[in-house]
Amino acid sequence: MRLSPDEIIFWQYGFIKLNATIVFTWGLMLVLAVGSRLITRRLSIGLQRARWQNLLEIVVTAIETQIDEVGLSQPRKYLGFLGTLFLFVATASLCTVIPGYQPPTGSLSTTAALALCVFVAVPVFGIEEQGLSGYLRSYVQPTFIMLPFNIISELSRTLALAIRLFGNMMSGAMIIGILLTIAPFIFPIIMTMLGLLTGMVQAYIFSILAAVYIAAATRTRRPAPQPVPGT
Amino acid sequence: MDSMTMIAVVSIVTAGLTTSFGALGPALAEGRAVATALSSLAQQPDASATITRTLFVGLAMVESTAIYCFVVSMILIFVNPFWNHVIAQATGR
Repeated sequence: MRLSPDEIIFWQYGFIKLNATIVFTWGLMLVLAVGSRLITRRLSIGLQRARWQNLLEIVVTAIETQIDEVGLSQPRKYLGFLGTLFLFVATASLCTVIPGYQPPTGSLSTTAALALCVFVAVPVFGIEEQGLSGYLRSYVQPTFIMLPFNIISELSRTLALAIRLFGNMMSGAMIIGILLTIAPFIFPIIMTMLGLLTGMVQAYIFSILAAVYIAAATRTRRPAPQPVPGT
Repeated sequence: MDSMTMIAVVSIVTAGLTTSFGALGPALAEGRAVATALSSLAQQPDASATITRTLFVGLAMVESTAIYCFVVSMILIFVNPFWNHVIAQATGR
C-alpha cells in the first residue's frame, strides 16, 4: 500500500529520482502557467469579454475579497503569493478526477515546501511593512518572557500547516485505495467526491491561514485609544 | 513471546487505539463548534459570511489533531521502522 506518490519512480540516475510527485507538480505548473498565459493574451476592458477571462476575473476578485476580509490592508500586495498558494493546492486537488493522477500534495515533500514558503514569507512581509526592529519587537510582545513561546509557535504552526495538508490529501487517496479492494463501483466514487470537497476546503484553509499569519506579522501597532472624558 | 511478535502486536493495537481516541476528541469539539456557529447564525444572519469563514478555519484547526493521529496510525501500520528493523534482521539471519 503506497503511502505517497514519492514511491512511483519513472526514471532514476544515481540518487536523482524522477518520481510521480515531481512529474505531477510540473504538469500542474505547466497547466496553470500556460492556461493563464493563453487566457490573458487579449484582455478586454469593456463589458464584452471572453468566458475564460470572466472566470479568471471571478476567481481573482474572490481571492482579493477574502484577503481583504482577513484584515490585510493592501490585498494587491499579497494577492500573488496567497493566490498562487490557493490555486496550486486547489488545482492539485481538483485534478483527481483525471484517472491515473496522484495529487502531489499527497506527498510530505510538497506540503513541507509550501509550508516553508509561508514560513519565509511571513518575516519578509513583516519586515517590509514594519521594518526590521519593528518586526523583531513583535516577538517580545507582550513581555520578554514570551520570546521562546513566540518562536516555538512560529515553528509549530508551520509544521501544522504541512502535516494538515499532507494528512488530508493522503487520507483521501488511501481511503479510495482501500475501498477499491473492498467494494468497487459505487463507494469509491462517493469517497472521491468527498475527497474533492475536502481538497477544496484544505486549499482555502491553507491560504487563509497563511493570510492570517501575514496579517498578524504586518499589523501596525496603534496607540491605545484615550478614554473619552466626561459623560 | 519473542520481540518480533511483541512489536507486531503492540503496533497493531496502538494503531487502532490512536485512531479511535484521535477521532473522538475532535468530533466532539467540532460538534460543539458547529452548534455554537448555528446559534450565532440564527441570532445574526447578516454576519453569515464572517461566521461561516471563521467556522471553517476553526474546524480545520481542530481537525488537524485528528489528522496527526491518523498519520501516526498510518506510519505504525505501513512504514513502521521497528517492524522493518526486525524483518531485516530476520531475513538477514
